Amino acid sequence: MTEREPDMMPEAEVEAETPETQYRASFSLKTKDAAGTGADAAVPAKVTARDVCVFYGKKQALFNVNLDVAQHRVTALIGPSGCGKSTFLRCINRMNDTIDGCRVQGEVRLDGVDVNQKNIDVVQLRSRIGMVFQKPNPFPKSIYENVAYGPRIHGLAANGRELDEIVEQSLRRAGLFDEVHDRLHSPGTSLSGGQQQRLCIARAIAISPELILMDEPCSSLDPIATAKIEELIDELRSRFTIVIVTHNMQQAARVSQYTAFFHLGHLVEFGSTEYIFTNPTEERTQDYITGRFG
Amino acid sequence: MTDHIVKSYDEELNRMTGVIAQMGGLVEQQISASVAALVRRDTERAAEIVAIDRRIDMLEDEVEQLALRLLALRNPVAFDLRRVTTALKIASDLERMGDYAANVAKRTITLSKLEPIRLSLQVPRIAELVQGMVKDVLDAYVDRDVEKALSVWGRDEDVDAVYNSLFRELLTYMMEDPRHITPCTHMLFIAKNLERIGDHATNVAEQVNFLVRGKTVEEERPKGDMTAFSAVQ
Repeated sequence: MTEREPDMMPEAEVEAETPETQYRASFSLKTKDAAGTGADAAVPAKVTARDVCVFYGKKQALFNVNLDVAQHRVTALIGPSGCGKSTFLRCINRMNDTIDGCRVQGEVRLDGVDVNQKNIDVVQLRSRIGMVFQKPNPFPKSIYENVAYGPRIHGLAANGRELDEIVEQSLRRAGLFDEVHDRLHSPGTSLSGGQQQRLCIARAIAISPELILMDEPCSSLDPIATAKIEELIDELRSRFTIVIVTHNMQQAARVSQYTAFFHLGHLVEFGSTEYIFTNPTEERTQDYITGRFG
Repeated sequence: MTDHIVKSYDEELNRMTGVIAQMGGLVEQQISASVAALVRRDTERAAEIVAIDRRIDMLEDEVEQLALRLLALRNPVAFDLRRVTTALKIASDLERMGDYAANVAKRTITLSKLEPIRLSLQVPRIAELVQGMVKDVLDAYVDRDVEKALSVWGRDEDVDAVYNSLFRELLTYMMEDPRHITPCTHMLFIAKNLERIGDHATNVAEQVNFLVRGKTVEEERPKGDMTAFSAVQ
């Protein structure tokens, strides 16, 4: 593992001047509603995207997206299908590399370091970024192995006892341990849908990522399982930075502190969630969140 | 603004706004009728006005039910949410205005049983001013016209000015002859009722502003009612 930056961003004035600190100081979180509508401009940005354009072959899917993801906050990406929100999410951990003909332009920086630089080790990068998908996708292995897999391949545990601890703690943080502690060696696929999704979250946090990307994590879950995941997201944000893509606007309103609205590949509006859901500036945002898109 | 994808959502919102408009129309009628009954000492008309107030109360209940239903079933946000919350507040303002008009009618019945006194011209003047405010603020609500709403908001000062002068006038009558005290006190309450209707019209104006702009009115409203500090010696 590379040396990581400490979580708290030091004051820009006292920090040694390096290109990276200059970069971070110049991009402290900027939102459209910095004029006192609830956004906390003092929160440092974990991810900064500048002029991000994505092409699938000749078709452009994202147009010059500029967005800062605040550290230890939940940022929700909303917008109709095909608006580019998942594409943007996948730029952060370079998942778009796996798609043939996909081209990414612009900069995506994680803690000021461009993730698209040639010398970036993608495996290393993804070990800092956990991801949870729409459909729960546990490995066809035991509950224990699902969670232990990541820490084991990344060498995060020195011995079996440490690994046991990581597994237990991850399952606890995902709110699943009490339900599965007596059957850790049953297959992960034997769990219910909501439990499987929490297992996937446990698996994602087992490698102690800094950032968790969630692509519609609750879309196949019932309301109770959804509420548990939402409660979990709120707890997780004290340790992790979270970006969540959701079609459920009420969910975006409930779990996030910042909301970005995408439409037709453009970032239309970004601001504190309260602001976006009470009095957005852009008519397109208003039309979308109030259910008026024709 | 374009329509919702779900048509029945628009229908419900419009129905709620429709009931507010209905309430508003009824309140306007009640105010003008109550002042007409006062001027003509028409007790029969006054009794009708008192009875009609019940209908305004029922309409307020209807707005509340529609609003609760919208909140529970539609989860309104942004402008839609403001439509619901402002409807609730405006309905309660209109209901109070209706109560004041009914109270004018009740006092008209009492006044008709007493010796007639010189009816100050200022009472119909206040009535005319507040009727204009109520009418304009309801038009502003229906048309979502912030400019018009804010003009109503500013006009309350005129009402206060007339009320101040009427207050002094009535005090003077009472000092002239103690037998005037009973009718003048009723008249004073009538004037106060009308003045309060103007205050509620300014509340509605603020709601119209919030509905459209999503912000509250920043500046402090000019307040002209100085009777709290008045004394005639």
